[in-house]
Amino acid sequence: MSQKVELVKNAAGRLVPTMVNGREQTPFQGVGKYTPTAAKTAPPVPTCNDYPRDGNKVVSYVRHEGKGGIVPTQATACDSPIAALKVALKNAGIRDGMRISSHHHFRNGDKVANAVFQAATELGVKDLIWFPSACFPCHAPLIDLLESGVIHHVEGSMNGPIGNYCSTGKMRGLGVLRSHGGRWQAVQDGDVHIDIAVLAAPTCDPFGNANGVNGPSACGGLGFGLVDSIYADHVIAVTDNLVPFPCVPWQIQGNNIDQVVVLDEIGDPSKIVSGTTQLTRSPDRQMIAELAAKFVRAAGIMQDGFSFQAGAGGTALSFAIYLKEYMKEAGIKARFIRGGSTKYLVGMLEEGLTEFILDGQTFDLDGVRSMRDNPHHIHTSPFTSYNWHGKGCFATFVDCVVLGATEVDVNFNANVVTHSDGKLLHGIGGWQNCLASPCTILPIPAVRDRIPVIVDEVTTLVGPGELIDVIVCERGIAINPKRQDLIDATKDSGLPIRKIEEIKAEVDRMCGGPPTKPQLQEKVVAAIKWVDGTVIDCVRAVDA
Amino acid sequence: MATPAATTAQNAEAGRRGDDVRSDCWVRIELSKTGDVDVRLRSKVEIMYGDATRELVRDELNAFGVTSATVEIEDAGALPFVIMARVEAAARRLGIDTGSGCLPDIEPHAQYATERDRFRRSRLYLPGNEPKFMLNAGLHGPDGVILDLEDSVAPAVKDEAQLMVRNALRTLDFAGAERMVRINQGARGLEDLDFIIPHNVHVVLIPKVEDPALVQAVDARIKSLLASNGIEQPVYLMPIVESALGALRAYEIATASPNICALTIGLEDYTADIGTQRTDEGRESFWARCQVVNAARAAGVQPIDTVYSDISNMDGLRESVLEAKSLGFDGKGCIHPRQIQVIHEAFAPAAAELEKARKIVAAFEEAQAKGLAAVSLGSKMIDPPVVKRAQRVVRLAEALGSA
Repeated sequence: MSQKVELVKNAAGRLVPTMVNGREQTPFQGVGKYTPTAAKTAPPVPTCNDYPRDGNKVVSYVRHEGKGGIVPTQATACDSPIAALKVALKNAGIRDGMRISSHHHFRNGDKVANAVFQAATELGVKDLIWFPSACFPCHAPLIDLLESGVIHHVEGSMNGPIGNYCSTGKMRGLGVLRSHGGRWQAVQDGDVHIDIAVLAAPTCDPFGNANGVNGPSACGGLGFGLVDSIYADHVIAVTDNLVPFPCVPWQIQGNNIDQVVVLDEIGDPSKIVSGTTQLTRSPDRQMIAELAAKFVRAAGIMQDGFSFQAGAGGTALSFAIYLKEYMKEAGIKARFIRGGSTKYLVGMLEEGLTEFILDGQTFDLDGVRSMRDNPHHIHTSPFTSYNWHGKGCFATFVDCVVLGATEVDVNFNANVVTHSDGKLLHGIGGWQNCLASPCTILPIPAVRDRIPVIVDEVTTLVGPGELIDVIVCERGIAINPKRQDLIDATKDSGLPIRKIEEIKAEVDRMCGGPPTKPQLQEKVVAAIKWVDGTVIDCVRAVDA
Repeated sequence: MATPAATTAQNAEAGRRGDDVRSDCWVRIELSKTGDVDVRLRSKVEIMYGDATRELVRDELNAFGVTSATVEIEDAGALPFVIMARVEAAARRLGIDTGSGCLPDIEPHAQYATERDRFRRSRLYLPGNEPKFMLNAGLHGPDGVILDLEDSVAPAVKDEAQLMVRNALRTLDFAGAERMVRINQGARGLEDLDFIIPHNVHVVLIPKVEDPALVQAVDARIKSLLASNGIEQPVYLMPIVESALGALRAYEIATASPNICALTIGLEDYTADIGTQRTDEGRESFWARCQVVNAARAAGVQPIDTVYSDISNMDGLRESVLEAKSLGFDGKGCIHPRQIQVIHEAFAPAAAELEKARKIVAAFEEAQAKGLAAVSLGSKMIDPPVVKRAQRVVRLAEALGSA
């Protein structure tokens, strides 16, 4: 398919493609303006008669001596993960051009996706579309399969090497970046049809019930894979910890699973839960986190029964630590904290500073333990938290969210996917969905080395400025002029509240003038979706 | 200005490179006989500032009289003043007299003045050859920043640090913090003054002072530099007592010059000099610290305590400041920005102390308004030193409120 695409200007003033990978697109119409009317899509009607009456859907397994777990009967014994996956993919009727999905709860420790596409290679299929909820540096080997033609393109958040590959214009189709909620929306309204979902399952029973809280590859929740399990034509659960029925809790229900594959190892535990949850040691970042927490206190957001979301980045974690101190000082308790859970949020739950953690992904072993053992640590999916096609979602009433960004501009627009050099290196995650909060705070440095973070216009528009309320940086706090209420609430707080233009001018001066913009190519390499499925911006190719 | 023909070496380098380097650059200049200045830049910010950097380097070398050279640069996001310092250091290593050929513009935010008796509760040490720590130092609100040319700078790069500190003084916004420089010992320290004095240094810290004559030599060199640059405001001095002899002569040192604003103590060297180890409890340095407090007070200058170097122990820092305050010190040194707030809070007057001070100040002002010579509070007469201390307490509290 041709990449010569027609562009139109959307409501945000951005030129966006009208066709993406052969599908017609709706340009962004403005926040809350697009309301599609149709029925939700649905998978083919199954009949339980077609599935084993003994509930055993294990089709293949890798022989592993001396390891625990039950031995599947009637299943094909295989010598390698690739061989075992081949059995299931063949059963699923894999063929050229199909869309294969996976979740990213194993982050950089995933061993399933690479094996799935190796198996597909051996089966001789080509032009597959990979639809992950996100991909990571560990998936770099798939670049060879993009080159060889087994994979046509990737539609999903691209962190690292595959993003770089797409960015330099080498991918055949367009990348499509969606938020976690947007991925659910796209599946539900039929924009994306999943042919085969392959879901890594840290613990699973032969029927396909699965969870992420037990087993050697425990990752906490499995919420990102939930939509795949419900809407894909065919769903394969892949586990390295098969337990007898029932596997509880069943975060993924076996009633949605077609086949189960048992491997010796589905992930690298040290990379599944670690690494990202380090508190920042940079004094500037600590100051930014402290200022953000002071702002939340001063603005009156921190009050009994409030809620907040803070992710796993170093600055967000430090924010939570400062806020915790202020909550303790003031004797205030939260009703719930939205995670990305970490040991720091778990600490707040266990100390009684919050009644609940509503957890979308679990970042460390304390988070996994807490989700498994604490009934107040709740497993959530993008359906409950972020879904555009739900009858409401709780993102709109989390009192404040603390998020990152690679760039912001003087109109409070923000970018999380490209760097200032135009390279696509990050996914959207839940970031766009979180902007629905009544108070969105971006604690970010105003300058990274000599890279100004506050610019005239963001390289890629991912979040419209009207939804971004506060930018906290080491040089002060800028409040969106649209939020007169927040300006009034904090005007006597003694906090360093400044105009964003003033901070920008200061940083530009320090850096030796405003930065030169990257020379981007004409060629569009990826589309950025807004939470409602419209196209808010696109990414242009950069020189390799 | 020397011409390249007068030089001996044909190539030289300066600065730092490697994966862990940030906000700095490495420069290598190779002089050539023909051609232009050819700048070969590998930069993390090529897209944003590549052209600007090449132009900056060419202009700078031209200003030094270099017209034919190949310049290699590895840039990890260095700001212009840093690039200029590295290029100049490499040029000087080629024997080129750069003179005042190319200085970064002195920024308006680098031109504020200080006062002799301002608060010096916290002073943040910044290694003089490490630009990344300097850039945002002022944002953390220290009372003073010390750009250090002495112990934090390796002997091989003392020349680089002189230029880095000079350029930083002209360029960076320390947000109202007092601008201090710690010079080296001996002749190198006097030479340091040539680089820094004309660039709005407020206070010079003189290390390992054992003899008032050293203070006077520094003072004389500063005065001559100020005069030749037509600068009128004085540069204050803070001698550092770091030896047994220095401690014994503390009062002589504190009174060596009218420009001395404070006397401080360095305990690592002091404890080594008296043949012991530094402990948390600090019994070994109790006498010397009291000696410094008494000498400083007798001389009418501020006694300032040593640094607290365990950056992860904020409770320990707080206790250490409270102890220093109880001994009579007015300030504490720090090596990490997150220590600043703790120091300021610990130096803040306690509520009861502040309330009493406010009453005394009010009584004093009332007496003044009425033209009375004696100040009384209730039935008690208040002596002038008590009024002065009370005023200081109130100002300290106000300073913290605004911090």
